[in-house]
Amino acid sequence: MKLDNIYKEEKKSAFAKLLEIIITMASRPSGLIGLSILVFHIILAFISPYIAPHDFKAIDPTLMLQAPSAEYWFGTDDLGRDVFTRTILGGRTALTITFFGSLIALLWGGLLGIFCGLVGGKIDDVVMRIVDAFLSIPWILAMLLIVSLLGTSTEVLIPALGFFYGKGIVRVARAATHDVIAKDFIVSARARGHSNFSIIWNEIIPNVRDAILVEGAMRWSWMLLGFSSLSFLGFGVSPPTPDWGLMISNARGLMSFAYWAVIAPIVGLSSLIIGINLTADAFAKALGIDRSTKAPV
Amino acid sequence: MTDIIQKVKNLSIGFRSKKGEEILILKNISTNIKKGETVGIVGESGSGKSTLALAMMGYVKHGLYTVGGECEFNSSNLLKMKSKDLEKIRGRKIAMIPQNAGQALTPNLKIGYQIDEALQLHSDLDERQREKKISELLNKVRLPSPETIALRYPHELSGGQQQRVAVAMALAGTPDLLLLDEPTTGLDVTTQAHVLELLNFIAKDTGTSMVYVSHDLGAIAQVSDRIIVMYSGEIVLEGPSRDILKRPIHPYTHGLLKSIPKLSLAGLPDSMPGSQPQPGTIQSGCSFFDRCNFSDENCKNNSPKLEFLKDLNTSVRCFNYEKLVKENQVSQTVNKIKNKSQDKEILNLSEVSISYAKQKLLDQIFNRISDDNPTVKDININIKKGETIALVGESGSGKSTILKSIAGLLRTKDGLIKFDKNRNLSSDLKERDPNDLRIIQLIFQNPDESLNPNHTVEEIIAQPLKLYFGLKGEELKKNIIDLLQKVRLGEFYTSRYPRQLSGGEKQRVAVARAFAAKPDIILCDEVTSALDVSVQAAVLNLLQQLKEDFGTTYIFVSHDLAVVRAISDRVAVLYQGRLCEVGPSNDVYKFPSHPYTEVLLGAVLEPDPDIKPKLVAEDIVEERPPEKGCSFQGRCSRIVGDICKKEIPPWQLTDSGNAIRCHIPIKELQKEQF
Repeated sequence: MKLDNIYKEEKKSAFAKLLEIIITMASRPSGLIGLSILVFHIILAFISPYIAPHDFKAIDPTLMLQAPSAEYWFGTDDLGRDVFTRTILGGRTALTITFFGSLIALLWGGLLGIFCGLVGGKIDDVVMRIVDAFLSIPWILAMLLIVSLLGTSTEVLIPALGFFYGKGIVRVARAATHDVIAKDFIVSARARGHSNFSIIWNEIIPNVRDAILVEGAMRWSWMLLGFSSLSFLGFGVSPPTPDWGLMISNARGLMSFAYWAVIAPIVGLSSLIIGINLTADAFAKALGIDRSTKAPV
Repeated sequence: MTDIIQKVKNLSIGFRSKKGEEILILKNISTNIKKGETVGIVGESGSGKSTLALAMMGYVKHGLYTVGGECEFNSSNLLKMKSKDLEKIRGRKIAMIPQNAGQALTPNLKIGYQIDEALQLHSDLDERQREKKISELLNKVRLPSPETIALRYPHELSGGQQQRVAVAMALAGTPDLLLLDEPTTGLDVTTQAHVLELLNFIAKDTGTSMVYVSHDLGAIAQVSDRIIVMYSGEIVLEGPSRDILKRPIHPYTHGLLKSIPKLSLAGLPDSMPGSQPQPGTIQSGCSFFDRCNFSDENCKNNSPKLEFLKDLNTSVRCFNYEKLVKENQVSQTVNKIKNKSQDKEILNLSEVSISYAKQKLLDQIFNRISDDNPTVKDININIKKGETIALVGESGSGKSTILKSIAGLLRTKDGLIKFDKNRNLSSDLKERDPNDLRIIQLIFQNPDESLNPNHTVEEIIAQPLKLYFGLKGEELKKNIIDLLQKVRLGEFYTSRYPRQLSGGEKQRVAVARAFAAKPDIILCDEVTSALDVSVQAAVLNLLQQLKEDFGTTYIFVSHDLAVVRAISDRVAVLYQGRLCEVGPSNDVYKFPSHPYTEVLLGAVLEPDPDIKPKLVAEDIVEERPPEKGCSFQGRCSRIVGDICKKEIPPWQLTDSGNAIRCHIPIKELQKEQF
């Protein structure tokens, strides 16, 4: 049959689907800008140790607070370290920690949210009240407590950040689940006698996945800001490791006469956050979550 | 009568696809609406009828744009008008009544306030006059005691009353043209008949022109003077309502009228093949070509023009309409269904009660439901193997509730549900074993909701096969293809997603999924009401065929009495969760004996201008069943006395085996037939 050929390509591989989504994202100017910034940062994080022109921890009192020059593109800081080198290296820790942190947040937040949405009733009530209770605690306070008790190592920061940023995802995942839970295909699966696990895996996750992924991407940028705040307060990365939050914190007092030492990390941090936000936005639109862009028919 | 109020000239509306092509939703529409006339626009979903109606008030939906042509009202083109000028026309000159009044009314404002708002905008009356006008309008749409209704909120009214309020609001600006977009589609049969009657009255009383958009030929037949039939964005037939319904000269309308089940005919009507093409897929030729019984080579290559026939006063878009002119009347052939039910009983419901009441703490501890007046009570039905039994009634009659209990989705309060005389199914899902779940399968009303949008057809049908029979690999694939072929879908459907299928195809996939479990009983919950008329008959025929092949028993829930008549062997009429009448469908329809059955049958709309609905009872909506006595006492027009209010009526048997629950003796009941 001829029609056979027409529908053959309908089932695409996961990679082809991903590629299609990325192309749709890049077809929008905001998406293209966001994606380029994000990709630039990721590539930079990988190659920066090899292209850094100076040693990031080489202290030289004679070079203190030099203005930008041909040798030191972004100038030097109060200890005479090259700001350019430290800026391009400064996003590595933050990116790594927050990336894995958001993955953890996505996993536990998403699964718990879906589960609560599906079972409902008392379990849902109790879990959601606990989540509400955690939401009412200022996260930075709780983070400071955890960090001061357990230290600032990566093994502590990733799960801690992942936990605190997952609470919001629980709510989103639960709401998304409520949207599909009343649909007849879930009722049908229940009437057939599928287990809760099978219903979550087969029927619910494919329908709420997109909404949760977009929420996760948004959380990533928030977490980045949160992590930089921790470093700024001195609870994130310890010196001399280069980190934007830490660099801003160190150079902020000298801002009036050595603005370069503070501007470079600020640009680095904010451009990454803007990049992630724009990408998440374009991602949502490419997945068709934003209703205003849907075809009219 | 000759002055034209709205002139649509060569109107084309379209959108741009992702690839940048221009796709037309409306193609070159030209028509006139005259003063005081009611025009019905009929067509399937996607035929462009709503887009045309909206364009008539100068509105084009977001994403669409006007490609060419104009909509002229008072000799100015609405589609080119500035929004400031349009504001003066909308509401004042042209008003719209939406499909779902419940959603169109603001929920937190009183009815009176909302009508007053319309009056302030569209009239120059002062406060006193407006006060008077509000009760006048509410009176006109026949709402009881306008003073109290005006102070209520929309949610305190029933669907029919909300629709009446919407009519009152539209009339507030004394418009010259009233656009109605499926105004009765979401309503119960009885309410629908009442609202249509009201619209008829208003059209006569005020002399307003109306444009009535609907997919329902039955409703259109009751109100319109002239009918426009749309197909795939074109007008295919336009003419006086009586001629179109009695002697349709376009093959589409002809086929459509043939495929609609009618009350007077037992058995399934012929179905129309195929489905309406998607916008933008037709390159050349007639858009109806591949579904047409009268087509030839000419139709394939050339698109016909809309031709005005003077002697018939009708416009038609067909090369071969002459063949149909000769045929004159729509002769409906029906395929009589053979009653294959055996004497063996397969499902017994005895004294079943179901309650939605929330359990009190003490009841929760003892795991019981205490509710003296449950939603569904005293249901006794014995279902024979291989028969089709239909549960009918208005919304809130408990028909879906009973289905849910049989499927185990809802716990019963009392009573027994027994399968095959020995297996107890009174428990809910968790307590049933997989085999008990397998023997009963569900088909839902809306296939958009019952199929997971992120699964392919293959994955959808594989679910029950994997769950119940543990099939894998080649065998699974073979079974899926086999099932697809049984529901007349080809192998190539396996990799498609539900959004790539038409409504009828989706419902076929849902049918295939239900049959995949090899069930003994299939519960059909309004399976055709979300489908287009032309597809409905095909799905019914398929269900009938499958039943004959597999000997399955159907429990069929529907509010559409004509559909029920076509497919069922036996009918059970429900009101407020209580049975009123149970009997072979021929007898229930021929001798409408229970007063409620009479009301239901009287309200059915047939696509025939000569058959008018009979409005026996008021369209009141009762919230809860009465505590004592007959369930229908609140609306019954034949109450015999106090006995109806105090005692539950006894079951009476007619000679043909029809059981009726009424205090009026059988002989007297049969006297007043129509």
